[in-house]
Amino acid sequence: MDLDFTPAEQAFREEVRAFVRTNLPRDITHKVLRHRHLLKDDYTRWQDALARKGWLVGHWPKAHGGLEWTPVEHHIFDEECAAAGAPRLIPFGISMVAPVIMQYGSPWQKEHYLSRIRDNKDWWCQGYSEPGAGSDLASLKTRAVREGDRYIVNGQKTWTTLAHFADMIFCLVRTDSTVKKQEGISFLLIDMHSPGITVRPLILYDEEHEVNEVFFDDVAVPAANLVGEEGKGWTYAKFLLGYERTGITGVGASKRELALLKGVARHELKGGKPLAADPIFRAKLAEVEIELLALETTLLRVLAARDKPGPEASILKIKGTEVQQTLTELMMDALGPWAEPFSRQVIEEGGTAAPFAPEYAATLAARYFSWRKTSIYGGSNEIQRNIIAQHVLGL
Amino acid sequence: MDFSLTEEQQLLRDAIARFIANEYSFEERKSIVASPKGWSDKVWSKFAEMGLLGVPFQEVHGGFGGSGVDLMVVAQELGRGMVVEPYLATVVLAGGLVELAGTAAQQRDILPGIIKGKWLLALAYGEPQSRYELHDVAASARREPSGYVLNGRKAVVLHGAGADTLVVSARTAGAQRDRAGITLFLVDAKTRGVNMSGYRTIDGLRAADVELDGVHVGDEAMLGPVDGALPLLEQAVDRGAAALCGEAVGVMEALNAATLDYLKTRQQFGQPIGRFQALQHRAVDMLMHAEQSKSMACLAAVKCWSQDARARARAVSAAKSLIGRSGRAVAKEAIQLHGGMGVTNELPAAHLAKRLTMIDFWLGDSDWHTERFAAD
Repeated sequence: MDLDFTPAEQAFREEVRAFVRTNLPRDITHKVLRHRHLLKDDYTRWQDALARKGWLVGHWPKAHGGLEWTPVEHHIFDEECAAAGAPRLIPFGISMVAPVIMQYGSPWQKEHYLSRIRDNKDWWCQGYSEPGAGSDLASLKTRAVREGDRYIVNGQKTWTTLAHFADMIFCLVRTDSTVKKQEGISFLLIDMHSPGITVRPLILYDEEHEVNEVFFDDVAVPAANLVGEEGKGWTYAKFLLGYERTGITGVGASKRELALLKGVARHELKGGKPLAADPIFRAKLAEVEIELLALETTLLRVLAARDKPGPEASILKIKGTEVQQTLTELMMDALGPWAEPFSRQVIEEGGTAAPFAPEYAATLAARYFSWRKTSIYGGSNEIQRNIIAQHVLGL
Repeated sequence: MDFSLTEEQQLLRDAIARFIANEYSFEERKSIVASPKGWSDKVWSKFAEMGLLGVPFQEVHGGFGGSGVDLMVVAQELGRGMVVEPYLATVVLAGGLVELAGTAAQQRDILPGIIKGKWLLALAYGEPQSRYELHDVAASARREPSGYVLNGRKAVVLHGAGADTLVVSARTAGAQRDRAGITLFLVDAKTRGVNMSGYRTIDGLRAADVELDGVHVGDEAMLGPVDGALPLLEQAVDRGAAALCGEAVGVMEALNAATLDYLKTRQQFGQPIGRFQALQHRAVDMLMHAEQSKSMACLAAVKCWSQDARARARAVSAAKSLIGRSGRAVAKEAIQLHGGMGVTNELPAAHLAKRLTMIDFWLGDSDWHTERFAAD
């Protein structure tokens, strides 16, 4: 047992740190550290910089243009980017559909889509959930009917994150309704610019436009965009979800948020003294820090032991989102009455929502509310418990 | 980054597991716990024979030259088997201090005896008022022309009553809660003025309250520096706390396995109760507690051997804090999921739950360690 990073890993950390320092635009960092909303351009500028360096897909196999980072190196990369206030990398292309295409895609799909993802040319989104298919994903109804060398798709997806920025969507569609529900599902790659696709914003209670409803009205999709075999989509979907859950852990970002929280607690006063010195608040802070340390160690234990996520990814998803939510809650608690003032404009453009408010305050309550989503998306934490009960405990 | 065990560590683990399976059944343990002494000479000799008592000590003394990770492996298996013998008291805590603080002569005199299973030690640091503070020492050691005279009261001394020698913390200078002025002494339990009152603990172990009433010891009894023993005491207790974390993980895994087995076999409403989602989700929470605890036990095991006192204290306190909370949570859930059977004296699970809960009360509880972590 050796829990130190190797000299090579430490050198890699230094390299990442230096690159981020030089290449991450200051205006983006400022927005991230103030929890402001990012524009499409903010994401793409950073991802373009990484793509030029080959680091957007550093975790990919060399055969597909990656650098074959070990899981530990990938974690170091993620941690350094998060610590510096980089935007999260939009995972739908690089970490979700890409492994599916590598594993099950056709030679053309690999050649065409993987290279475009690597170069940050396409923005991908995920077409899984539907109004009637949330936790019970396999009951999805969006239909794809084969007509010659194309599929005609009709139906609706929902909760589609940043679909309004997207060039491509990977979709679970029903190609056969006469068999068991899991067996009639196929995995299609659909161009978001196709005629018949409508994207409608779904404004959440923090008033942010992040998710959307996506409507498909006789959308024609070339049959060459079917991944693998017709009717095997459920297998591919589950394969992908393991990657989604490991990514949701968010240890790097949580470490950054903890540091920001400590800063707020040093600045805010209670009884004339810094909140950070208050025994009750300090105990809560210490407990979440310990939980995060345990989560990080568990993540490293999983990463060091294997390269593909298994059912234990569900543990990481549950604990990761619990820690994230606790941090957003403590952040809001730390503000006291300054949690109240709210302004859409401040979240978009910066500033304060009230004349006397501290600069960090305006976005934190909204973020607390927004972060309730984390225990719901990516398979709710109850679904994760079902998965662990079934596949790990054998219940 | 490597969390795996060496081949040697795996052999060590398997040997202890085999011993427990063959010679330390639940029934056997029950009779040991009920015996007047509360632990078994036979088992202790067997541990010596297996080399377990030498795990953390250097080879020159006949030890195995092991590390915190080796101790974690041992502690985990002892936890799984709910072993009640004085391993923590003799080998990790008091023995650890002899190795950390002792002169070459003291080490040569004492460590081989420990390793051979012939010499039992206990660490008497707690006092009636001290709770978990190692530096809250009212017991005094007065300088005499030759040696010292010890007076005071030591409380809840783990396996004190069976020990041949006590390692006692006493004040040679300063006020009761000063960090400086604490000195350690090796005190033969049979010395005049040492009054030992042994008793059972609720988790199946033994402890003692010790009154020191004008106990004369020679200069050679001093263990470590005069007035400056606290950092060594803290180091030994951190190693002990890390071992307890390992032990808790062993107990937790055994308890989770027993609970899972019960969920799969107990039938109600015409099906195994493990089919009910309300119970499944609780079982998953127990697993998550065990996984997080295991991670922290590894971290504590690696860092407790570090010379960097701050890194050591930080990792050990984080681990003991989390494992204290997780242990209690798992114990409560296990009892609940076993239903009425969980509160009977007949089921190993009930005893595992008791031990797991009470581990939190040795060497600093969850709140104490959270506070120490926060103060860093």
